[in-house]
Amino acid sequence: MKFLALVFSNLKRKKLRTTLTLLSIFVAFLLFGFLSAIKAAFLAGVDIAGADRLIVRHKISLIQPLPQSYEAKIEAIPGVDAVAALTWFGGIYKDPKNFIATFPTDPDKYLNMYPEVVVTPEVAAKWKQTRNGAVVGKATFDRMAKLESWKIGDRIPFTSPIWGQPAGQSQWEFEIVGVYTAGKKGADETSFLFRYDYFEEARQERKGTVGWFGVRVKDAAQAAEIASRIDAQFANSPHETKAEAEGAFAAGFASQVGDIGAIVMGVVSAVFFTILLVAGNTMGQSVRERTEEIGVLKAMGYPNGLVLVLVLLESCLLAMLGGFAGLGIAWLVTLGGSPAPQMLPVFVIPHRDLLLGFGFAIVLGLLAGTIPAISAMRLQIAVALRKLG
Amino acid sequence: MNWLSQIFAVVFYNLRTIPERKGSALTAAVGIAGVVLVLVGVLAIAAGFQKTLASSGAKDIAIVLRAGADTEMNSGLSREDTRLISDAPGIARGTAGPLTSAELFVIINLPKRSTGTDANVPLRGVSASSFDVRGNIQIVEGRKFETGKNEIIVGTGAARAFAGLDLGREIEIGTNKWKVVGIFSGGGGSAESEIWSDADVLMPAYNRDGFQSVYARLNSAASFTQFKDALTTNPQLKVKVLTLDEFFAEQGTMMTEFITGIGVFIAGMMALGALFAALNTMYGAVAARTREIATLRALGFGAGPIITSVLAESIAVALVGGVLGAAVAWLAFDGYQASTINWQTFSQVTFAFAVTPALLITAIVWATILGVLGGLFPAIRAARLPIAAALRET
Repeated sequence: MKFLALVFSNLKRKKLRTTLTLLSIFVAFLLFGFLSAIKAAFLAGVDIAGADRLIVRHKISLIQPLPQSYEAKIEAIPGVDAVAALTWFGGIYKDPKNFIATFPTDPDKYLNMYPEVVVTPEVAAKWKQTRNGAVVGKATFDRMAKLESWKIGDRIPFTSPIWGQPAGQSQWEFEIVGVYTAGKKGADETSFLFRYDYFEEARQERKGTVGWFGVRVKDAAQAAEIASRIDAQFANSPHETKAEAEGAFAAGFASQVGDIGAIVMGVVSAVFFTILLVAGNTMGQSVRERTEEIGVLKAMGYPNGLVLVLVLLESCLLAMLGGFAGLGIAWLVTLGGSPAPQMLPVFVIPHRDLLLGFGFAIVLGLLAGTIPAISAMRLQIAVALRKLG
Repeated sequence: MNWLSQIFAVVFYNLRTIPERKGSALTAAVGIAGVVLVLVGVLAIAAGFQKTLASSGAKDIAIVLRAGADTEMNSGLSREDTRLISDAPGIARGTAGPLTSAELFVIINLPKRSTGTDANVPLRGVSASSFDVRGNIQIVEGRKFETGKNEIIVGTGAARAFAGLDLGREIEIGTNKWKVVGIFSGGGGSAESEIWSDADVLMPAYNRDGFQSVYARLNSAASFTQFKDALTTNPQLKVKVLTLDEFFAEQGTMMTEFITGIGVFIAGMMALGALFAALNTMYGAVAARTREIATLRALGFGAGPIITSVLAESIAVALVGGVLGAAVAWLAFDGYQASTINWQTFSQVTFAFAVTPALLITAIVWATILGVLGGLFPAIRAARLPIAAALRET
């Protein structure tokens, strides 16, 4: 530890260079943090998918509706624990830019199916009492509270480009009974949920149909078998189904973004490493400039190993200071919420990526320091001292 | 020596000696090349996406949707509606009557060739007159589908991106089999991402009894107002009328804004990183030449020429980086075929990345700005060096 002062005074010697190097490492890791969050957003749903949950949709595509009567038939299949139907409503509040992902569903069945959607017992009870009641994800509620001063208890008019007008009214109207929060990191907090019975009564077309079913099986090990049992049940009917694991469904959904996601990630990772290369080079350079000093240290009797460690310590310190600060700030920013809630409903840095980032910072320090440290270790005192000249 | 010739002398001297510092100069150039590469690469995605939608547009073709619908997917029109629309004034006429096409728009799941994962591929049921209404659809392989048959033709983009869409093959949609009989191009527009079939065959296969949109070729762009007014004032219809230009301008806004936003943000962050690298390089360059610069000052070179020379070096390095980055971006990305989902239509769009001249200019401008910022402070430091002390430095 007594050598730490030496390392620090070396770092302080060219304050400007140290600061600039620190800042560029900081920026690289800030970028890394944001990219992890963006990537996680693209893959949202894959991480939180329950191994015991399936999605059952129409075989042709998700937009083809399924009969609501399938719910009871799926429930009756052996091994099925619970079923909840969902439908895409496509809610718009006042202006198309206030688009909100809205789903009609059955409160009891939905909350039972998705324990990561957390509401207080009071809110759940209120929802069951209020026919046109709706529960709003916290992220969406906070955003709309700020923009449009939504409050609990407000009656909110919605339009739907898909479902047109409800019977006897020009707009859909929902009463906000409460807010739900995500009970699991990375779960979506942007949905707007309202009651299926109200939806069924008020809609004027395609009555008796739903979009897809969430299904929970009793034993996760049997999920694949039950999925094929469900598909077999409806084979050769006018509405054939495709049942798949929730994770596979979410992954397939994410991969629709396809090449773009991969290319953006590819290009940016290339650049992340470019910045690190540049920073590493600068760090190496500042050691090379001190050749004569290292010679003096050695002449004073510092062993080769210690010289190696000192140089490595210096580069690691710099890389970790910049890297940890960058990751930390990125993490703080993601706590503030998503900058584009419609495209990136979930915006958090997964723990795994934070750890990976810390790892990268240490590796950067070691790599940037290794070559100058080894040459410092091998340096011959006479040669080094002659440089002083 | 006058001021101007001083500048020339010292700038050229400075530029000629860059190779002496090639290590650090290269580092700065590579950093800036990286920024430019990312900026151009990401913006090329947005530009290509927009270009596809823009070439789908037209001023003299109108699209009619149900009032309140924002995409064809959300729209619905009855047979009666479509007849009323075809009777409206302002529509061009062909040999078989008014040039209108009532169309059905659904999606089917097909695996992507690149990943094998399911993608939402748009399937459009069209009327026979649809080809005359669009005017830019060309069969490049095979033939058109025959009316009344389970036959499909496939856009060039879709044929490239999705598995099973090869000429002569059959694909299964629900309980029906459809044969691919032709491949068509559509002037680079979004139609190239689609599969087309006869609307009257598709409708029963999908349990539908209505259409989703009507496309109409107008006499001229000027007839649009007449056409629109006739439809929107008709009490029997509740429709929304747009030119294809307006329609496609709306379809991709979310996507292009998102990509552009993210692109500029990421490139901005990287620019910061590269700026620090450039500053480091230039401070280093000035520090290494302390004695040299002091000598020049002692010889009578003014502060102005010294500042100019350092700035010139920094800009030259940045420009080399900028041109390098732009060239790599152009070689790597221009024309790259990709497909993504357009959330607004919930279906896949195939498109090519477009590295446009405007993007290349943006790249060079960013590089220059980085060069100026990276050189300015080191230049000022160089000019302020106390001559006597600097001459004594080792």
